[in-house]
Amino acid sequence: MASNPDGRPDPERLLRQLEFEERRLRRAPLKVFLGYASGVGKSFRMLDEGRRRKERGEDVVIGAVQQKLSAKVAELVSRFEVVPPVRSGQGYAMDVPAIALRRPKVCLVDELAHRNPPGCENEHRWQDVEQLLTAGIAVITAVNLNHIEELRDTVEQITGKQVSETVPKAFLMRAEEIAVVDAPPDEILERLGARSEGDRLVAERRLSELREMALLLAAEAVDLQLQSYIEAHAASHPIGAQERIMVCITPRSNARVMIESGRRNAQRFRGELIVVYVRQPFVPAADQAMLESNLALAREAGARVEVLEPGDPVEAILEFANENAVTQIFVGHSLRRNWRTRLFGGPIDRLIRRAEGIDVRIFPH
Amino acid sequence: MTGATRNRGRFKTYLGYAAGVGKTYQMLEEGQQLKAKGADVVIGYFEPHGRRDTIARCQGLETVPRRRVVYRGAEFEEMDTPAILRRNPETCLVDELAHTNVPGSERAKRWEDVVVLLDAGINVVATMNVQHLESLNDQVLQITGVRVRETLPDWVLKQADEVVMVDLPPAALLNRLARGAVYAPDKAERALGNFFKESNLVALREIALRQTAHEVDLRQPEAVDEPGRAGVTEAAPGAGARAERILVHITSSPNTAMLLRRARRVADYLHADCLAVHIADTGKGMRPAAAESDALDEHLNFARRLHIETRVLEGEDAARTLVNFARSRNVSQIYMARPRYSLAERTAGNFIHRVVRLAGDMQVILVAEHRPR
Repeated sequence: MASNPDGRPDPERLLRQLEFEERRLRRAPLKVFLGYASGVGKSFRMLDEGRRRKERGEDVVIGAVQQKLSAKVAELVSRFEVVPPVRSGQGYAMDVPAIALRRPKVCLVDELAHRNPPGCENEHRWQDVEQLLTAGIAVITAVNLNHIEELRDTVEQITGKQVSETVPKAFLMRAEEIAVVDAPPDEILERLGARSEGDRLVAERRLSELREMALLLAAEAVDLQLQSYIEAHAASHPIGAQERIMVCITPRSNARVMIESGRRNAQRFRGELIVVYVRQPFVPAADQAMLESNLALAREAGARVEVLEPGDPVEAILEFANENAVTQIFVGHSLRRNWRTRLFGGPIDRLIRRAEGIDVRIFPH
Repeated sequence: MTGATRNRGRFKTYLGYAAGVGKTYQMLEEGQQLKAKGADVVIGYFEPHGRRDTIARCQGLETVPRRRVVYRGAEFEEMDTPAILRRNPETCLVDELAHTNVPGSERAKRWEDVVVLLDAGINVVATMNVQHLESLNDQVLQITGVRVRETLPDWVLKQADEVVMVDLPPAALLNRLARGAVYAPDKAERALGNFFKESNLVALREIALRQTAHEVDLRQPEAVDEPGRAGVTEAAPGAGARAERILVHITSSPNTAMLLRRARRVADYLHADCLAVHIADTGKGMRPAAAESDALDEHLNFARRLHIETRVLEGEDAARTLVNFARSRNVSQIYMARPRYSLAERTAGNFIHRVVRLAGDMQVILVAEHRPR
């Protein structure tokens, strides 16, 4: 039960908890199989899950399948009832009204990024899926990384191929479940057929980069689930399943070095970089200017920048770190006079003492 | 394998985040596919857990019978490595890499048996869960409240030619568990109350996804010159970026194991060298107590098992000796355990003051113990 330290329910937390439950109830659940290239086996996994659910007695139909099917996939497809697509001009689209009328429990929809032909109610298949979910029909679907709108540029840089059909990332992040379909690049290349050694190396590297991106995209979706789950269910602090590096700067600290080190760490861990500054009263103009330029530097490094309200800086830093599941705190300390009290009778000493499960990295200045 | 001499076998492992996600099934599935292509495949060890789907995937695959080992009057079954070596297949399937062999076995851990198979030129397809990775031990404790006892040094996973994630969303896993598809009912109920809490599973899954992404990154083939194409992944540290080198300060204090695990993990991610040093304080003029020197030996051995180079130095001024050593080895980061601030550890606090002051532009990192939430 969400409650304040004094035992009364925390209204904000209660609200979040309700929203969380409601979201689970309002729409039928969406499950996405995410692959990083064609040939990785997404469609098979999607259909295989449909098969297992059907064997358990659920009412499963196919709403959309690919035109070209391998023998293995065609065999699976033949086990299902297929709601035929509607044709429109050169193209075809999923027949949403027919599926809604048929009212299955689960609908399998391949090629989530498909663009419907002109004249259809929705331009994109993912919008069709949205309608099915709202109608209370659960959807299991499959999509490739290169069709995620926000990643399109990066993927095009890797593959050199233009993609016109896309799905917004937010649609994916709203899915109740995302499952990664992982396979080594060489297996995919094998399935795609022989090529020269040089081509193969290039292809392997490209696939390998896409594979890493897909895994990290799924990790991001899972992290969102984790945070919302924790907000809704637990009163305790969030869990640090990824590295979060919090760089604490002051006007005097060696910010350039600290931010650069933080950026490199975050980059290597594929984690998050946060730069915080505890607001101080009466900052001299020169210090203020220095601070502004340091914060600009932080933004350039891709950091999330937070200004904490004044008060006890150690308390402010620790509270923020705990609430945000920070795993490493970077602090500066002066080597000039009075280092002993500054470091060990002083604030940094208290920080070290109380940072439970968080590394404290000390930067001299 | 072609030619008269066999190279080291190819090592592939499926990585999951909990029992029941389907690692073993995938391993057997791969065995079946290899066999269908005409490869010579055997099962070296497979843990059925009474799962029907999984057992069915064994059909038609040859199994090398397990070895029976009697320990304290009870009978145990372990993988029969000598028998597999005699059988000498092209590929061997080995479940649960992190498994600890029963005492009296030739090797303490199953992954050590796998190394023997690989050295003999046998390809190995294996399975493991991410929480068995040594460097994640404290983080897993913090998240789940469970101290995982069976661990695998990170370098073993690093040696795998291929790491493949077996992913299953937690809701589906919990479903399987509730249906009795993972464990027998009594065990399932206990599991649901402990490790298999949804928040634990979600967190472990995220860790597994990130770990696999890291493994993919490590194995990224060298960039090939492709005109007109911008790289998206960061280039190796070249000019400008100073190569990082991490030094761990080893003491007899119990939190040293945690410190070593953490430093090893950071070093792996930063592509940094990692070394460790213990400074025997000759200034006190006293020999350490027996218990203390046992603990120290244990920590030095543990560091070596994690492939961390170790040194023991003597010095009257321990802080100065530590920092001088760090400087002589071009160390950029010094890792120390956070002192516990009891009265008895006050000297440890003083020690850290001096290291920070002497370290100059080297970073000093204080690592705190992870406690279960």
